[in-house]
Amino acid sequence: MSTDMSQTPDAEGEPPSRAALEERLVALESRLEKLESESDDQRPKMSIIATKGTLDMAYPPLILASTAAAFGYEVTVFHTFWGLDILHEEKSKELKLSAVGNPNMPVPNVIASLPGMDRVTTKLMERQIEDNDTATIAELVDTSLEMGVEFQACQMTMDLMDYDEADFYDGVTVGVGAATAIQDMADADIQLLV
Amino acid sequence: MVVFISRYTTDTLLSHSTVLHSKVNIMTEYEPTATLDVRGQNCPMPVVKTKQRIDELDAGVILEVLATDPGSMSDIAGWADTTAGVELVDQEEGDDIFTHYVRKTEQ
Repeated sequence: MSTDMSQTPDAEGEPPSRAALEERLVALESRLEKLESESDDQRPKMSIIATKGTLDMAYPPLILASTAAAFGYEVTVFHTFWGLDILHEEKSKELKLSAVGNPNMPVPNVIASLPGMDRVTTKLMERQIEDNDTATIAELVDTSLEMGVEFQACQMTMDLMDYDEADFYDGVTVGVGAATAIQDMADADIQLLV
Repeated sequence: MVVFISRYTTDTLLSHSTVLHSKVNIMTEYEPTATLDVRGQNCPMPVVKTKQRIDELDAGVILEVLATDPGSMSDIAGWADTTAGVELVDQEEGDDIFTHYVRKTEQ
């Protein structure tokens, strides 16, 4: 057997020396330990993009966000365009619903498009929400904030719609853009566009 | 609405349906030491409030959750199954009342 075994552990037919193996074992163990500690403090993440501000479409992002938080997820919800109304303290309490273009509602479009009909449709939905003990949008926003959900308001659409930070619930993050949303989505285990 | 759902979500949904059809593991000796009343509240509140209450409790405590939402049967079972540090001890279905017993196993 050659004497320079430890120098060429991969040489044909030459088993690596015990010292070389032990060295490799120590290196792998410390690498494993590092990887395990990294994955230990990483909570799963969910990233939601909320773009709609009608009464019905405000629910899915909030229900999923608060539930994921209960499951231990780190949740961010990026609100843009009409989705900003969900974070708007006043507007979130008067989100509207329209039967126009909604074939699931039992009102023909020709009637649904008459003036004042959106208010009627909204009232009916609000009554149903109340009768069914469903949480209100404001309750869901408050609960989600309590659970540590991060609500982000897209700066560009805030400017576009002339909204101010003071219009939103306390705790909402402003001054963020698409790059923040992309970063969150890239890191997340679940990504949703609502 | 365009929805992207990762494989993770699908797996979670699958595990929920498994929970629905599996027999709940009933332990014979337990005594609830804290109670949460979410009667009259609907999805997602029973799960969310249970999580909030559990966070305030010490390890070892069994929390009794009173709910009227029929969906809480699968929701709380699924939540307890997926969440570290909690264990579903029992679930009881009465007349318009669903009682869940959740043990906090870790601080």
